[in-house]
Amino acid sequence: MTALIAALLFASFPIIPLVLVFVVLVFGIGVLLYSRAAARRTTTEQRPLPKPPTKPPSRSGALVESRPVEVPDSADTTDEAIVERESVAEQESVAAPTAEEVYERPRFRDRLARARATLAGAITGIRGRAGITDETWDDLEEALLRADVGVKVTDALLADLRARVKSKEITKPDELLTALQADMKSRLDGADRSLRLEEGPDGSPNVWLFVGVNGVGKTTTIGKVGAMQGRAGHKVLMAAGDTFRAAAAEQLETWAHRAGAEFVRGAEGGDPSSVIFDGVQAASARGCDLVLGDTAGRLHNKANLMEELKKVRRVASREPGRVTEVLLVIDATTGQNGLTQAREFAVATAVTGVVLTKLDGSAKGGIVFAIETELGIPVKLVGLGETIGDLVDFDPDEFVDALFG
Amino acid sequence: MFDTLSDRFEGILKRLRGKGRLTEADVDEVMQEIRTALLDADVNVRVTRQVVARIREQCVGLELSKALSPAQQVIKIVNQELTNLLGGETLKITYASRPPTVILMAGLQGSGKTTNSGKLAKWFKAQGRNPMLVGADLQRPAAVEQLRTLGRQVDVPVYSDDEAAKAGTGDPVAVATRGLAEARRLGKDVLIVDTAGRLAIDEEMMDQVKRISAALNPNYTFLVIDAMIGQDAVEVAQRFHETLAIDGVILSKLDGDARGGAALSVKEVIGRPIAFASTGEKLDAFEQFHPDRMAGRILGMGDMLTLIEQAEQHFEKDQAEEAAQRLMDGAFTLDDFLQQMQQLKKMGPLSNVLGMLPGVPKELKGAQIGDDELKRVEAIIRSMTPGERRKPEVINGSRRLRIANGSGTTTGEVNRLVKQFSEMQKMMKKFGGGMGGGKKGKRRMMPAMPGMPGFN
Repeated sequence: MTALIAALLFASFPIIPLVLVFVVLVFGIGVLLYSRAAARRTTTEQRPLPKPPTKPPSRSGALVESRPVEVPDSADTTDEAIVERESVAEQESVAAPTAEEVYERPRFRDRLARARATLAGAITGIRGRAGITDETWDDLEEALLRADVGVKVTDALLADLRARVKSKEITKPDELLTALQADMKSRLDGADRSLRLEEGPDGSPNVWLFVGVNGVGKTTTIGKVGAMQGRAGHKVLMAAGDTFRAAAAEQLETWAHRAGAEFVRGAEGGDPSSVIFDGVQAASARGCDLVLGDTAGRLHNKANLMEELKKVRRVASREPGRVTEVLLVIDATTGQNGLTQAREFAVATAVTGVVLTKLDGSAKGGIVFAIETELGIPVKLVGLGETIGDLVDFDPDEFVDALFG
Repeated sequence: MFDTLSDRFEGILKRLRGKGRLTEADVDEVMQEIRTALLDADVNVRVTRQVVARIREQCVGLELSKALSPAQQVIKIVNQELTNLLGGETLKITYASRPPTVILMAGLQGSGKTTNSGKLAKWFKAQGRNPMLVGADLQRPAAVEQLRTLGRQVDVPVYSDDEAAKAGTGDPVAVATRGLAEARRLGKDVLIVDTAGRLAIDEEMMDQVKRISAALNPNYTFLVIDAMIGQDAVEVAQRFHETLAIDGVILSKLDGDARGGAALSVKEVIGRPIAFASTGEKLDAFEQFHPDRMAGRILGMGDMLTLIEQAEQHFEKDQAEEAAQRLMDGAFTLDDFLQQMQQLKKMGPLSNVLGMLPGVPKELKGAQIGDDELKRVEAIIRSMTPGERRKPEVINGSRRLRIANGSGTTTGEVNRLVKQFSEMQKMMKKFGGGMGGGKKGKRRMMPAMPGMPGFN
């Protein structure tokens, strides 16, 4: 078997040994395990679900997982897009944003106060002790790990502190906490967190793409970013590049309406690249300086979907568009998989920044600390609630303070 | 990230493999790796500490067996411990004596409630039930439309208040109650109620879902949890459980590469089983949860059972058995090969399939064994005559040129394929011979495969 696997590595057509490995695996082990599994099933009184392979042959395409994408000819999409654009343009004056009157920037601390209890125990424990004991280190470790900072980063941070405690540089629990916070803040120092909006020749809009896995809040974030940039005096267009999820375009349209932005959509199930392309064209024609491109949520381990995303990026940067930001949206509840997500999306689309959403819940979003320090992708924005004004610039100091409650 | 975890684990155990005895220092080192592995898999900190302590206890007093190497023994212990933690019992649905059986779906925003409501409806249909869906998410723009689309796809009726949903007003409690009445009127026996996503600390919204629950008095309340969730899983599960009395968990997005350690934490904290797992974007990618497989996944050891089950679903059994037999006899032809390759293709992108194999080197997993290549090989074989496929030896210069032209490849590629195929054929023959060809013989090859827990 190992010989087979070795052969796999060196064969120029690895598919041949792979198939053979397969046949052997499936029917060597399969027979063995099938009987086991069957035995287990009957003991748990679970009815075996006989699913005979009656699958229609149509599913045997090369990319089995590929979504049913019917590529509409671009003429179609363009027509549709223009109609949408006009109707939105009419509504634009009506739907002027009301947020500008009393817009107060929500602060991390206010929002996060609700969730403090989670970590307060550990921190109070540390403060309550007279000296730095084994429990102190346990509590500190727990506080960091529970915030999803990750074991690698946690171990590194604590190793450094341990050395300083050993050399008597730090002696009191309070000093220890202060040192840890200072250390974390300094690691987040100096990153450029500004959103790039370049001045360019007229009719050459900036394009910001929003990417991420399913359910992190891409569409909602675009709505908020649109409102934010609209307030800053930019003319914004939103392009509904999520042609996969049912009713995603309707969702974005609602947001465009609220933010007073223009809106372009394509056919459901259509080619997302063509929607973004149409969006750029429309923006250029109508003098918008910023296109916000939505994309369908996708798991980063689906190669074909990541290819699709690469194409979206390529097409978006075609004249007259300029892709100046690719923002990876990450949900604050995300665990260690967030690092893999960031790495894969960065490889596919050259991510320029992270948007951390849903930080108003009980999750701390510590994974972005790992993403920024390990991959060098700066966190730029933070979502703190459901209303249109609840998106703020990332502030590392407040973020680190909030981690410790 | 994808493999570092299992690599590390395999790396350290490989070093142990040579030893006959575990020293205290070995155990420490192994425990450190297990701790890292569990934390990397998002298992809750406290749960991790407990598990590691328990495993250490068993390892220190380890009676060294002759049949298993220390490494195998450790893996077995770890695997056993995790499987136990994930819960032996599978949730068995008991249908209400007075239909419909009401199921309430709850969870955070973006965890996949709506999609999984549709999948669950499809699952019930497959069980011979007659389900109905209720869209009580009047919060998120277009959520009801999404549920209606899903309902159409699985051919299950959807009840909701579209007007209220559009206007962003409307009372989800009233919608849910009317949905229940409608289900009774239509004689449906299962009712699945989709609710809006909410933060566990949003008291107003938690109160709302509590009122929905009180109005419906559901038989089952499922908490939908994203497999990618981190340490917060415990907090979320606890709060939802306090509010709603959760009966089971649906683990969504398990087709990603997240290890899903949260599943373990949730099970530990609320003491309710993971009932279902959602494993893909398609509506039939939904299955009952198998704790033993999850243990292997958390440890990053490949998911053999799932692989085999998938293979069973997608492979034509007789055909494949025959092919395997011929392979052992050395009578495997390019035709058989083509057939098997097509079956393999049905199981999804190769990279996914490879990910499920334990002990496959990471160079391989990383390499894009492209589906493109699969196409090229297929094209070459399809450009051969039936005779050539049976006896590739007859391929001479002019035949090779014809095949290359026919498949849009070069003669070099054709040559390589034929050569490699015959080499593999020889190898398999030797292999098959060595094993005696019998099914019993195949068992013997198992210990040679690294990193496979629980099979020895």
